[in-house]
Amino acid sequence: MSSLPRRIIKETQRLMQEPVPGINAIPDENNARYFHVIVTGPTDSPFEGGIFKLELFLPEDYPMSAPKVRFITKIYHPNIDRLGRICLDVLKDKWSPALQIRTILLSIQALLSAPNPDDPLANDVAELWKVNEAEAIKNAREWTQKYAVED
Amino acid sequence: MDSDEDSFEMDSGNVSSGDDDDFAMDVMDEIPPSHERQAESDEYHYEVLTTDEIVQHQREIIDEVKGVIKLQPTVTRILLNHFKWDKEKLLEKYFDGNTDEFFRGAHVINPFNKPANTNKNKNSKANTAEECEICFSQLPSDSMAGLECGHRFCLNCWREYLTTKIVTEGLGQSISCAAHGCDILVDDVTVMKLVHDGRVRVKYQQLITNSFVECNQLLRWCPSIDCTYAIKVSYVESRPVRCKCGHKFCFVCGENWHDPVKCRWLKKWIKKCDDDSETSNWIAANTKECPKCNVTIEKDGGCNHMICKNQNCKHDFCWVCLGSWEPHGSSWYNCNRYDEDEAKAARDAQEKFRSSLARYLHYYNRYMNHMQSLKFENKLYASVKRKMEEMQQHNMSWIEVQFLKKAVDILCQCRQTLMYTYVFAYYLKKNNQSMIFEDNQKDLESATETLSEYLERDITSENLADIKQKVQDKYRYCEKRCTVLLDHVHEGYEKDWWEYLE
Repeated sequence: MSSLPRRIIKETQRLMQEPVPGINAIPDENNARYFHVIVTGPTDSPFEGGIFKLELFLPEDYPMSAPKVRFITKIYHPNIDRLGRICLDVLKDKWSPALQIRTILLSIQALLSAPNPDDPLANDVAELWKVNEAEAIKNAREWTQKYAVED
Repeated sequence: MDSDEDSFEMDSGNVSSGDDDDFAMDVMDEIPPSHERQAESDEYHYEVLTTDEIVQHQREIIDEVKGVIKLQPTVTRILLNHFKWDKEKLLEKYFDGNTDEFFRGAHVINPFNKPANTNKNKNSKANTAEECEICFSQLPSDSMAGLECGHRFCLNCWREYLTTKIVTEGLGQSISCAAHGCDILVDDVTVMKLVHDGRVRVKYQQLITNSFVECNQLLRWCPSIDCTYAIKVSYVESRPVRCKCGHKFCFVCGENWHDPVKCRWLKKWIKKCDDDSETSNWIAANTKECPKCNVTIEKDGGCNHMICKNQNCKHDFCWVCLGSWEPHGSSWYNCNRYDEDEAKAARDAQEKFRSSLARYLHYYNRYMNHMQSLKFENKLYASVKRKMEEMQQHNMSWIEVQFLKKAVDILCQCRQTLMYTYVFAYYLKKNNQSMIFEDNQKDLESATETLSEYLERDITSENLADIKQKVQDKYRYCEKRCTVLLDHVHEGYEKDWWEYLE
């Protein structure tokens, strides 16, 4: 692999020096473009108390193209599918090279606080979220307890 | 934005005065007038433009608008693109609306709101270092650039950003500022200033030209494969246009010229034919599911005692009522007793499916048949050419044998018309006029088939004179019937005779 661009080195350093509350991103020992990410569920959301593992990969043409991010921990959310893929505009057409790993992870954290069932990725979840929000939130809490809370 | 002016002039090249009129005449001359329909030959002016002429035409529009609103050409281009190159609409909105809103809608910074000291600010910062938000490098201000929105990035990052947008994402006119959430559009002068790679610049220019043609209602690319010409009209109407490459098509929908059927029905028809749902219609009309194992069964014989061929099932049942065969005993009429309302409704639905499918297939088969025959056009032209050479060996002059080529021209024209009459007829409701139409169609079809037969017949020295007379009579007749049919349909459009089924 070609040498690591200055941008990635700098960004990684800043992530380490000034970590964001509730977010932890550590580069892999063997691959500086691969990050092990942990996002804690936001308070006052059905994901509160959960520790969610994600993986983040910076493609060859980063930052011209967006990082690839995926939930590893199972999560009940209308914009995240069974494979952990995330439907989020800043990861797709609204990506700008001026965005960073930090800003993307903050957006994902915000998505947990404000699910958007009108732009669904997991159709069954989104459907329930619209028809019976209380039930959907209950499911999300249960999944958080079951998959995202370590004993 | 003072220096931009020069670079634009440099890129734009010389705008020569247009000699469009001569050009249009050249094109008109190229259209064989002989076998065009009467109604088609009444004036519908259009021009065939080369890529260079398209670019020039674009400049002319920009210059025209620029003459009215004093703006830079590069801003004018973005505005025009926003209004789909409708300069009247642009000017109307500009003069009666809120200027801020006008520019915001087009994703441009209002040039009249620019603080007067922008330039001074830029100059005073020239020596201080700035950090590029993309590569995180500290760079002197003169290595940074930005649009009017004020988001600044280093030249290298801009170059890489624009190249990615142009080459990878195929964006031209719609590239926005690299900053997150900023929708201000990148103008062409900026792209040309920042990008130096020749291939990327060419690609960008192609994208810009393409969006100009695609957005502009009065322009349409010739749909023929690898053709780079575009047709320019002065008003939009469903009319046949012929490109310099020889392809003739409908200006409005881009399909082959499809008189007498209208664009919207043809579009519906093509979608219907492409749609796989017709396959499922066939399955619904011709098959049933085994009531036990649900395997799909096609009945290919008369006996209603079905034995499922699924080796794991082998269920005995009655095709009519789908009940088990056992109680039917020797007389299957017993299954009448299962005939409840629900079963009857299901059978009615199946009946309806079947008849609508049969109707569709009737029109589809005839449509496809003419289309297939048309595809043999090239083969026929070749064989006719051979025959013409043969005839010239039988003491006929070159002029004397031209009737054969003309006959093939007319044959093709009739086939194409016939093909589209079936699309027209498929959506047509039956009434007195539709019956006259069908008579016309029948007449033209049988004459066309006879003509086709003549052309494929062997030509020997004995029957030469005879054949020539016959072929000429027939093609004249075909030509006339074709005109009669089309005129009748057009008259119907004018007088609202036609009613449609959907």
